Parts: sequence; C-alpha cells; structure tokens
Amino acid sequence: MRIRSSVFASFCLIMEVFGIALFLRGYFPLPVKSSVSAKSKVADLPTEPLAGNVANWTKIPPPLFKRVVIVLIDALREDFVFGPKGKQFMPYTRHLVERGPSHSFVAKARAPTVTMPRIKALMTGSIPGFIDVVMNLNSPALLEDNLMWQAKNAGKKMVFYGDDTWLRLFPKHFIEQDGTTSFFVSDYTEVDNNVTRHLDTTLERDDWDILILHYLGLDHIGHLTGPHSSLIGPKLTEMDDILKKIHTSLMSKEEEGSLPNLLVLCGDHGMSETGSHGGSSEPELNTPLVLISPAFKRKVAFEIPETVEQVDLTPTLSFGLGLPISKNNVGRLILPVLEDNSLREQLRFLHLNGFQLSRLMRDSTPAYEKDTGYEQFRIAERSHGNWMKLYLEGNTSEVLSNMGKKVLKQYLDALKSMSLSLSKQLGKYDMYSMIVGTVIVLQVLFLLLVSVADALSSSAELDLPLSSSLCSLPFYLLCLMFSGVHVMVCTSTESSCYFCSLSWALVFAVIVFVSALLCVILSIMGRKLSWGRPQTKSESSSDSGFSELDILLLTGTLGHVLSLAASSFIEEEHQTWYFLLNTLCLAVFQDVCRKYFSEKRSYKDLEDSLYQPSKDELLTSDYTSKPSSTSAGYEKWLALATPLVTLACCRILRSLNQTGVQWAHLPDFGHWLNSSEHHTELSLLAATSLVLIFFLVQRRCSMVSKIALGLGLLGVYSYRAAVGNVLFPWQQEGRAISKGIVEARFVYIFVLGILFTGAKDLLKSQVITSDTKTKSRGLWEVYSGVVLLAALLFRPHNLPVLVFCLLIQTIMTRFIWKGLQYDAAQTTIMHYWFGQAFFYFQGNSNNIATVDISAGFVGLENYVEIPAIFLTAFSTYAGPLLWASHLVCYLNSETDRSSAAMGHGCYCFALLRSIPAAVYIILATSLRYHLFVWSVFSPKLLLRDAYVCDSFYLHFLHCYGSKPLCLVIGPSKAKQSFFHILAITWNKAVYYVDFNVLNKT
Amino acid sequence: MEPTTTPVSATQQVKEKVTMKDIEIKGMVSAHCIIAVSIVMATIVPAVLLDDFSVYGTHLVWLYICTAGVAAVNIAIYTVLGVSPPTKKNTLSHKVTKVSKSCLYFMFSCLLFHGIIVLYGAPLLESASETFSFAVLLSTFTTLRCLCILGPNGQAWIRVFSRNGAMSIWDTSLQITTASSVIGAWLGAFPIPLDWERPWQVWPISCTLGATLGFVAGLFIAPLWIHWHRKQLTYKSK
Repeated sequence: MRIRSSVFASFCLIMEVFGIALFLRGYFPLPVKSSVSAKSKVADLPTEPLAGNVANWTKIPPPLFKRVVIVLIDALREDFVFGPKGKQFMPYTRHLVERGPSHSFVAKARAPTVTMPRIKALMTGSIPGFIDVVMNLNSPALLEDNLMWQAKNAGKKMVFYGDDTWLRLFPKHFIEQDGTTSFFVSDYTEVDNNVTRHLDTTLERDDWDILILHYLGLDHIGHLTGPHSSLIGPKLTEMDDILKKIHTSLMSKEEEGSLPNLLVLCGDHGMSETGSHGGSSEPELNTPLVLISPAFKRKVAFEIPETVEQVDLTPTLSFGLGLPISKNNVGRLILPVLEDNSLREQLRFLHLNGFQLSRLMRDSTPAYEKDTGYEQFRIAERSHGNWMKLYLEGNTSEVLSNMGKKVLKQYLDALKSMSLSLSKQLGKYDMYSMIVGTVIVLQVLFLLLVSVADALSSSAELDLPLSSSLCSLPFYLLCLMFSGVHVMVCTSTESSCYFCSLSWALVFAVIVFVSALLCVILSIMGRKLSWGRPQTKSESSSDSGFSELDILLLTGTLGHVLSLAASSFIEEEHQTWYFLLNTLCLAVFQDVCRKYFSEKRSYKDLEDSLYQPSKDELLTSDYTSKPSSTSAGYEKWLALATPLVTLACCRILRSLNQTGVQWAHLPDFGHWLNSSEHHTELSLLAATSLVLIFFLVQRRCSMVSKIALGLGLLGVYSYRAAVGNVLFPWQQEGRAISKGIVEARFVYIFVLGILFTGAKDLLKSQVITSDTKTKSRGLWEVYSGVVLLAALLFRPHNLPVLVFCLLIQTIMTRFIWKGLQYDAAQTTIMHYWFGQAFFYFQGNSNNIATVDISAGFVGLENYVEIPAIFLTAFSTYAGPLLWASHLVCYLNSETDRSSAAMGHGCYCFALLRSIPAAVYIILATSLRYHLFVWSVFSPKLLLRDAYVCDSFYLHFLHCYGSKPLCLVIGPSKAKQSFFHILAITWNKAVYYVDFNVLNKT
Repeated sequence: MEPTTTPVSATQQVKEKVTMKDIEIKGMVSAHCIIAVSIVMATIVPAVLLDDFSVYGTHLVWLYICTAGVAAVNIAIYTVLGVSPPTKKNTLSHKVTKVSKSCLYFMFSCLLFHGIIVLYGAPLLESASETFSFAVLLSTFTTLRCLCILGPNGQAWIRVFSRNGAMSIWDTSLQITTASSVIGAWLGAFPIPLDWERPWQVWPISCTLGATLGFVAGLFIAPLWIHWHRKQLTYKSK
C-alpha cells in the first residue's frame, strides 16, 4: 500500500497521542488509601496497652480545647511571619510568637502547592498525589475520611468563611458559611472584606465550636505583583488586626474551669519569588504554623521555629478536639502541643497516632510486618505496656520517668519511620497500561525511523507492506499471544488496571493494531536488510556526508533529548534551547558567508585552472560583475546581517523574561516594565509593538483582512488600556479599571473575521480553482488571525516577543531559507527549534507556576471552563504554534520548488515530536520511584524530584499540545479544520482545568 | 597539479612530497608539544611560586598567565620556524605596519568573541571583565595562531577557513586547533546550568577550561590526523 508521507505522519501522530494517553493514565498513581469511603470510628480505637489486666483508659482522650479558630491565609509565606516582614507588618502576631503562649513551626507543604490539594492534605492528613491535581476538575466533595467529617459526626458545630473551595469539598458540613469566589485575581480587598464582615457577630456568639477563615487577598496580591510589592505590607497588617481581634475575643471568653481555646494561624502554601505558586521551591513550600492558646507556656524570646510537615497538623487538631484521627492520615502528632500534659497522656496520644498509622500501613502494604517502622511500633507498644504496669502500681521513682521518656522516644521514632514509608509508597503505578502505552509509542517511533529514507525521498511516498503482513501467520500468532497475555495479566493482578477495565472491543483493536505494526516494522526491516546493501553503498557514495548545519541540527536535537535525563537540564531547558539556537544562527551565518564569499572563490578557482589570470584581473572582473547587479550586493549584505539580527533579537528576548529555577529571581526587563513607575514606557513599547506587528503581517493579506487586522490591533491596545496595563496619552493615571470585556470581544470578532476570510480563500482554492496564490493567501490570513489572537492574549510586556517572532520569520524566509535553498527537512527542524525557544522567550518554563492563567479570562464575564482552557493553552503554546503555522505557510509557498516539501516537513515534524515523547516516557518510567519518594531524600533532593515530576507533567502536556498542529501541516485539506485541531489541543489541555480551578484562589 | 607530467615523475614528486611532509609533521609535533607544555607550565609554575594560587580560586590570574604564556610561545616558535608567508618587502616600516595590523586584528577578534559570548547569554555588564578575559583566551588560541601562520591577510584567512582551502599542513593544523578550541569552549558551557554547585561551574571557568582542553586536544590531534591522512592530503601549490 503506497501512502503519502504527510498522511503517514498524521496517522503516526494520532497513534502516538493514543499511546501517550494510555501511558499517562497509568503513570499518575492514585494516592494510598486504605479505602475511599471508610471512616475511623471511636469504637475501633485501641485501649491503652498494658502488660497485666488492670483497668485502664479505653476511650478516646477528652478534647484539649473548647473552641478552635483556624485562620488560613492563602499563600502565607514563612518569612511573612517569622522574617523581617512579619516584624514590621504583623507586630501583634510577632509579639504572640515571641512572648505569648504559643507554639510556632514552619510547616512544609508538599508539591503541588496549589490550594485544593493543600486543603485536602490539611483535612485528611494524607498527601494528594499529582493525580488529584489532574482529576479534580469539578472539585467534587471529599469522600475520604477527614477532620471535618469527624467533627461533624462528633456533633461539633462549624462555621466557615472564605474560599468556596471548602464549600465544594465539604458540602453540608457547616452550620453557617459564606464562600468567596476568587475569580478576579485583581480583587484583593473585597474578597477579604467579605470574610471579615462576619467576624464581629460570629465571635460574639457561642453556638459554634470550630471557626475556619480562609483569606485569599494575599495570594491575589502575590499573583498580581509578587512577594516584594508594596501591597503586601498593608495586607499583612490587616491580617494582623484580624488575628488581634480574634485573639482578644477568645481571651475574653476564656472561663475558669472550662477548657482553653485554640487559635491556629497557617498558610496553605507559600509564594515563589515571582509571586506564583504550584512548584516546589523553598519559598513555595514553607508556610508558618502558629498555635496560640492559654494552655501553652509563655515564650521568653523568639526561637527559630522547628520544621514540621503540613499534614502533622491533622492528628494534632484531631486530638485537640477529641476526635479520632482520620484513616488515611500520614501525619505525626506535634508533641510540643502536649508539653503540659502528663506523660501518661502523651504516651496515650502517641500510641493512638501510631496505631492509626500501623493500620494504614497494614491496609496499603502487603509486607507491612517487615517494615522497620511497624516493628518499632510493636516494640514501643510493648514497652509502653510495661511502663503502664509500673505506673499503675504507683511507682513514682526516677526510673519510671526515665523509662517513660524512653518509650516516648521509641514511639516518636516509630511514627517517623512509618510516616516515611507510607509517603514513600504513595503511589502504585499501573504498570500494564504504562507498558502498553510505551510499546505503542516505541513502535510508532521505530516505524518512523525505519521509513526515513522512503519518506524523505523525492516522491515523498512510502510503501507500507500492510496487506502482506495482515495475511501472514506471524500476525495471527502475535494477536493470539497478546490476547493471551492480556487475559493473564488482567486476571492475575489484584490492583485496578485501567487498560483491563476498557471494553473488549477496544482492547482487541489495540492488540490487532500493535501486532500489525510489529509485523509491518519487521517486514520493512527485512526488506531493507535483504536488498539494502548495494543500495546503501551507492547512497553513501552519492551524497557523501552531511553539511555542518545538518550535523548541528541532528546532534542538537538528539543532545537536547538526552539532556532531559538530568533534572537540572529540565529545569533550565530554556538555556539549552537558547544555546542551540545561537549556535544555529552562527552556523547559518557561516553558510551565508560561504555562499557569498567562497562560492565566488570556487568559481575563481575554476577560472584559475582554466586561464590562470592574475589577481588584479580577478578583482576587475569582480568589479565588472558587481554593477550589473547592485541589488544582488544589497541582498548579500542583508543576508549576511540576517543571522546576526536574529542573534541580537534572541539576546534581547532572553533578557525580557527570566525563567527556569536557578536564575529565575534575577531582575529582568519584563519586571522592570511591569512595575508601576514604568507605565509610560510599557505603553510606548506596546504601541510600537502593535504597529510593527501590523506592518509585518499585513503585506500578504487581502484588503479586508488588512483593515480587520488594523482594527483588531487597535482593539488590543484599548483592551489593555481598559484593563489598566497601558495608558492612552490623554488618560490620567489612577482612573477606573474595568474588565475590558467589550474591547476584548471586539478583538475576538476581528479574529474570527480574519480566520473566516482565510478559510474562505482556502476553500475557494480547494473547490473552485486550484490556485496556489489564493491558497497561500488564505493560509497567511489564518496565520494572521492567530497572530492577532496571540497579541490579545499576551501580556503587554510580551508583545515584543511577537514582534521579534514575526521579524525573524520574515527575514529568515526572505534571505535564508529561500536564499540558501535549505530543504524542507532542515527548515522544519529550524522551525521546531525556534518554536521551542520562543516557548521559553514568552516567560514559560517547565513549571506549572509560570502558566499565565490570566489569559484564560480575557473577555469573559465569568469563569467559563472551555474557553478559559482554550485561551490559556493558546497563550502558553503561542510560540511553538506560531512557528508551526508559519512552517505551513512557508512550505506551502515552497511547493512549486519541490512538490514533496509539505510531506517532508510533516514527516520531520512527526519524527521530531515522537523522539522526545518516547524518550520522556522511558525516562519517566525509570525515574518513577524518584518522583514520589518525598520524605526519604534530603529536602533539596525532594525539591528537585518534585520538580522533575512537575516538568515531566508539563513535558507531556507540551508534546501533546503542539503535536496536533502537525495535522495542519499534514494533508492540505485539513487546513479548514484548523478549529478542529485547536479543539484537539484544548482537549489535551484538559490538564489545565485543574489548574484553573485550583487557581481560582 | 597539472596532469601534464609523466607518471614516473609524478610518483617521484609524490615521494618527495611525502618526505617533505614527514619532516614538516615532525616540526609540527615538536612545536605543538612546546605549546602544550607551556600551558602545563602556566598551571604548575605559579602554583609553586605563588601562595594561594589555584585554577578555580584565582581563575583570572591563571587565565592571564596561560594566555600570556601561549601567546609568547606561539609567537616565538612561529618566528623561529618562519612558517608565515614570505613577504616581498622586508623593510622595517613594513614589519611595523604588519605588527600593528596584527595587533588591531587581535583586538578586533577579542571584541568579536566578546560580542558572541554576550549573545550566547553571558551577562552584559556584570562580570564583563571575566567575559572579556575569556574572549582574549579564545582569541589567543585561535586568532593569534592565525596571525602567526597566515599574517594579517584577510584573503588568506577566508581561504583557509573555507572548505578544501588548506594549502599546507600548517593550514590544516590551524583548522583543527581552531575548531577544537571553539568546540571545547562550546561544550564547556553545558555544565553551567547543572546545580552541582562545584567551584568550576562558576562563569567562565568551565568555558575557559573547555577551550583550553579543546586547544590542547587539537594540538595533539592535528599532527596525528595529518599523519593518518597524509596520502589523501594533496595541497595545491601556491
């Protein structure tokens, strides 16, 4: 069966997307749970261990506190309380921390540092995995055992004000509630006032036991202006006043004889140096935890707070309220809270905590009895029993207290190692689905690699021996074998397996496909080997060797793929791309030099051998040839300047946005522009950029689209002015800021209009006349529609990225790709490199935190899921997308030079996409145990691993996101279905939803 | 070569050439060895003489000593060997213009390298002196040798660095050492983003070390490669 390269490539990509989807489904493990809906019951609690048979404590210990107020401040960083900022802006809290009856800790959150998983962690005590980020699109009610459920069950009355995520997680748990939505990040006063307005009345009442306040303002300020902005100080002072109010009110309610009250101040996650969160850098992970109660001893001086895990708060609060610990808790009791209680009580609490952990361990690990933590717990339990016996006998000697301390230490050690090993096996991987996915991806890769020579031949067609392999015996044998394996695997595993749960027809289709692919690959390879030898010889003699540029392109692509094995290279991937891009420009420069200097030389050499003229004669002949083509000389210098201009552009863009991890905090041009003093500069820059965009794009458009583009770009500026990013010259600073809905929708209309004209032209060229000119104009119009949309969604300081992108494309097309006659494969790889580099030039990185979610709200009144996802995904991947669409335009205009250009480009793109995808999959599989072993590694390593996870996650997204684009390049008919392709992109970007939902905070 | 000579004389000529080449290769080996030794000495001698000298700690000192050493040895060797193209006029004024022109070329190449390094992402203002020192080192490894062997002659440079443009084994060695030092510097940039926090990851140490190692490797590779390919290498006579 002969098929075209482009069709073949599209087919491969579709299969690969399927393989990756299967792999991802298996890769993101479900967190450890003894069972989802089971809840701890009071009746299940163990009695106090005792060696003997004297009566002892069998019930749950009584509560330690009467009322608990939890003040959760979103994105409260540890140094906002314990650092110099706290000293300056939170004097009351600092006073309590330093001199008051309080305990302070640094609570370490786990990645992903977004609000919903953190709330879940705080309330269940378990560690939500990355799957929770992915799966919780609609934030369904929390079914797991949790503190809120236990409290409700015990008849505690709860009141909640703040982020409505809580209301969705815990519906019908609160006797009184008021949720604030955090849709508009730019609002940082109203959200908090909506919480505080209830405070006075609630504090006066006596009908509640637990009050939870979740303040969002600080997080919004962080997203808007970062942790060092001038808005942070007043916000912290506001929070301090609120704490003061609550604390004095609680103090006044304190009665003799009754239990004391507890005030908890905590943060759900921190804030990175740029003000966002989601990753796992130290400032994002470290949150303060301050427990204030008259039951505690007064502090004498400020001590450096101890570090605890964020989940440790769960068992501590459970005991504080006299509730059973929730079932899936992996946290450990914070012992200093109990410092005033008797040793017997302390041991009792530790025993309960240990018992719960050992239960969880028993339920989740098969070989739990061999675990050191479990053994330690058994030993501690025994010595606890012995101690109890002595204690109940009335022994009060020194020996007893020493022994008690020993038991305490044993318990603490046991808790620690059990907690560690529980979080270690946080996830089980669905290996079978992963393997099937990997096999499909690898097969596609092999198929692509095996057919390189055919697909890149001048006919751009390849011969797939499909029918012969479908009728062969090995095919049926393989089918049978795979079915057997499938049945065996699915019947033998106890754990749930996604691939097994699929319907039979689908599974069978996959099996048939896999075996067919295997047969095809084998037969192609066999054919290559059998009559490949003489051919390869002739080939090697005919086109001997690659040029330097080819070598660079190949080694660069492969080297980049290999570099992803090191986590630092993933973190700093932008450096790799910038570096490669610079080298590429220099290599192109060398090529240009060679063309314009030594081509003449070789020509001269030819002349040399013929006439042997003297140098002077040559010079004169040079002179005589020059005047005849002054434009050629002009062209030559422009061509020489092109790579240098590109280099300069890249250098400027590089300093526009600092990304990555190690150097992300360095000041960059983008921050300078965004600071409030530089409004005028930003406005000027945005205006010039928009004008330049117009001039760069308009030249190949029809008149209608030209006008639409111009108006659209005007609309972009007025949108930015309405939102308050830029200024009109006649406007004064400090006027009202709107959401700019009208302006944004105005632009959307023009975007749609331009896309429509483009689609119309394409259709016309396809149906009525097969006119290449109309077709390329249509393509260019679609492209300019994409550019306009990008201009709207990009933040104003990023508009130069768009300008430089267009500039580089224009000059490179004009002088390099056309001038130097690079073939389609080379051009495709160059486009791919540029696209990757521009992804980072935009300020993105392999970290979730750098995704600019504000793009999802442009022109929307409310949060509407699908458009928001689409817009966010579009603005994130705008760089690669623009380059890919430009590649389509370019290759289409090249078809007259070589008809196979489109096929070659498409094929190369597929190959370029599938090599990293396959390598990432293998890397992710081999590193899977590193990713989630949170507590075993030192904090630094932990940080890195979490990061790897992050970036892998985004990598998958990434290869996903821009892959369907190749379909655009693919069959030229598919061009009208641009929308369809974008639909696929946004389907893939479903992973962003969680992010959007979570980041409503 | 014009194929007008008889086969016998052609083989004789080839033989003569091969012996000539062998002598030249030997000369090159010794010259390259001296240059390599000078680099080693530039590392060892200051370590013995100076207190608290280390390649990482006082990197710039090492860099300057190394640069100066290599430059001096190069100039000395190539003046002694007389590889540079014979000039028609041997007057003092001509020599002076040649030397001053060479200095100008050298300065220019330093600035060019500096520019390229900045384009590659080196900080623009901070640590500009380090960047410039690195540029000087690279120029010493590449431009200075070109100046010594080819003289300040732009045409000759273009010839040598275009494909199949080498006219003597010195040209080939120039191509190899230049390429290897540049590639060494290029590869030296890769460890910088790794967060191993080693002393040699500080800018520009890994790059300078890469360039130096590449240069030394080039010095050894060049004669070996020429020796290996001496049959295939036929140079056009000037």
